[in-house]
Amino acid sequence: MIEMKCDCGSEINERDLVKQLDAILDEYRGKPGALIPVLQMSQKMFGYLPESVLKRISLELGKPYSEVAGVVGFYSFFSTVPRGRHLVRVCLGTACYVRGGKQVLEAIKKNLGIDVGETTPDRNFSLEVARCFGACGLAPAIMVDDDVHQRVKPVKVGEILNQYLTKKTKKGKKSAGKKGAGK
Amino acid sequence: MPKLTIDGKPVEVADGTTILEAAKEIGIRIPTLCYLEGIQAIGACRVCVVEVEGARTLVASCVMPVAEGMKIITNSKRLRDARRTVVELLLSEHDGNCQTCERNNDCELQTVAYELGIKNITFEGIKTKADVDTSTVALVRDNGKCIKCRRCVTVCNQVQAVGALFPQFRGFKTVIGPAFGKDLSTVACVQCGQCAAVCPVGAIVEQNHIERVWKALDDKTKTVVVQTAPGVRAALGECFGLPAGTLVTGKMVAALRRLGFSTVFDTNFTADLTIIEEAMELLSRLKKAVKERQPAALPQFTSCSPGWIKYVEYFYPEFIPNLSTCKSPQQMFGAVAKTYWAKKVGKKPDEVFVVSVMPCVAKKFEATRPEMNSSGVQDVDAVLTTRELGRMIKQAGIDFVSLPDETVDRVLGTSSGAADIFANTGGVMQAALRTAYEVITGRELPFENLYIEAIAGMEGIKEASVTITDTVPEWSFLEGVTMKVAVAHGLGNANRLMEKIKSGESIYHFVEVMTCPGGCIGGGGQPRFTTDAVRKSRIKAMYKEDSGKKVRKSHDNPKIKQIYGEFLNMPLGEKSHHLLHTKYTSRSRV
Repeated sequence: MIEMKCDCGSEINERDLVKQLDAILDEYRGKPGALIPVLQMSQKMFGYLPESVLKRISLELGKPYSEVAGVVGFYSFFSTVPRGRHLVRVCLGTACYVRGGKQVLEAIKKNLGIDVGETTPDRNFSLEVARCFGACGLAPAIMVDDDVHQRVKPVKVGEILNQYLTKKTKKGKKSAGKKGAGK
Repeated sequence: MPKLTIDGKPVEVADGTTILEAAKEIGIRIPTLCYLEGIQAIGACRVCVVEVEGARTLVASCVMPVAEGMKIITNSKRLRDARRTVVELLLSEHDGNCQTCERNNDCELQTVAYELGIKNITFEGIKTKADVDTSTVALVRDNGKCIKCRRCVTVCNQVQAVGALFPQFRGFKTVIGPAFGKDLSTVACVQCGQCAAVCPVGAIVEQNHIERVWKALDDKTKTVVVQTAPGVRAALGECFGLPAGTLVTGKMVAALRRLGFSTVFDTNFTADLTIIEEAMELLSRLKKAVKERQPAALPQFTSCSPGWIKYVEYFYPEFIPNLSTCKSPQQMFGAVAKTYWAKKVGKKPDEVFVVSVMPCVAKKFEATRPEMNSSGVQDVDAVLTTRELGRMIKQAGIDFVSLPDETVDRVLGTSSGAADIFANTGGVMQAALRTAYEVITGRELPFENLYIEAIAGMEGIKEASVTITDTVPEWSFLEGVTMKVAVAHGLGNANRLMEKIKSGESIYHFVEVMTCPGGCIGGGGQPRFTTDAVRKSRIKAMYKEDSGKKVRKSHDNPKIKQIYGEFLNMPLGEKSHHLLHTKYTSRSRV
């Protein structure tokens, strides 16, 4: 997978990004099951899925735009609005829900001062809810960027979020749980 | 060939047959809200559940293939309860105002709820809210009424290869619609209305023009004339309980007079006119290519079907030069009625109000295209579907079935049999060849009874060829040329044909495309429900109408000769160019 971190708010690399998107599309054109991986890579590159990118994907993969939109709208992983530098996703799947996921969400909302689907004014964090990262045994779980944090207590959310304000790379410290889950 | 029993009745069917289809073969109807004949079923609605002996749970009969020795029960308390629960759940969130719904009395959800004897809805939940999209001129969508059966999605994607509709979002927020739940006008929709034809409820319907027509009929300053497309006369009877394929031409004319139309004409007249113009256009392209060795846009594509036109504009804009520049018969009629005929009766174009009755939904769109005002005002003012005309007749309290047969008015009413078959897939091609061949050779098309069997049936893509010999001197350069033609119906088939043409795999001189499966007789505006059996019955009726006519070829229609003599002068002439031909617009797919 292409290692590209979006520097949100900057348009500098737009042209390079489109070039990279075209390279991906060239690789996947005509292959069955191409849509979701292409969307994932595009989101990683652009930080979100702008309309122009989705339309390009639709044309190049020969998929109706309604279908591309349908897939993007179905999976909470995809976003069509720009996100903050770090994406916080709170699992409200069955296991997390019954073990207090909702309280964790409330605590994070309060801590960041934003609602679900919003981004903090300093563009550090975006907040979303999700359904199951596959970490049900250690519920409730949240994900910040690619890190899964498990057995999260509402009082601990400030501590977890603070790590991301200082850290440059997305590689987790000890407290970060298993990586790459839910992909 | 597995053998099984359904409700104790033994049945043997082909491998891969589903339980639902096997039951149908022995006359057992299993209720369903999402099944569509001939298309991969998805088991979305769960109304068609049956008991299979030995199976742990109930199974959806539309997706379960039969197996040797299966014992199936389709009617039991367990099944009735299960189906009731499923339908009650649908009703619990359905924005159902049956009495004011466009589909009142013509709704599959209403019917199934009645048949299952649902008395009250035990589940209380949030209702989907009315969410009406009137952004296009031909269709109205209401997500509040949608039961998410996905029939429209299947038709739009698989049958029509358009892909305007798809499930959007998730869970309770799911809507079936264009990308991101936006308006239909924001996407590549060709307005064919096949979605409205298969929708089991009132979630997609045509833009209703009934009130507009009543208003015109009440307006003393307007002379209201009506034209009816050929496909209507083979289907209108179905609105009054007559079997599919009952020809009701005479009763339809009588009903239109009783509704108050002062003059009842026939789109067939301009279908004949279309054939003259389109055949001459084809010949002039052939002349350019063969005799003058100049580049000419071949194959020439027919242009009668407005959904197909819009499809080319969106998906194959590079082929726009190949589209015949002839307007469709509906639009030729409007242009001629408001000029030639208006002058004859001493009226100005804006004093004439032209109503069309069409088996089609896209015709509503076509009538509002900005190019369609060659009389100086909009050439066609209102377009009723077959269904809407049926409803108007009922509103007026006319006992349709007992009406006497009446005949259409003269001049713009007289037509040949070639015009009737415009409604069938392959019909426009046959009609055009009857004329083109005779122009080139001076002889009748050499097929028994003028039928070209190879392009008449229900196959998706059909081909034929005619070798030209013993031409008249003017067309001697076509001597020995084998004219290759192709016919496609349903835009999915058109898409496959276009890819073959694009890649150079297939080469043709003339191609007919009709947007809807079966042609206009299977149009989006026809009475529901149009199955293949219904299509075949209507097609048969149109061929019967053709063969019963004295005049079978467009160029033999005396009134066509008259309009050229009195008004148009010559095919492809100056007047024709202005009134009967049009241009197209390249459109963006996303």
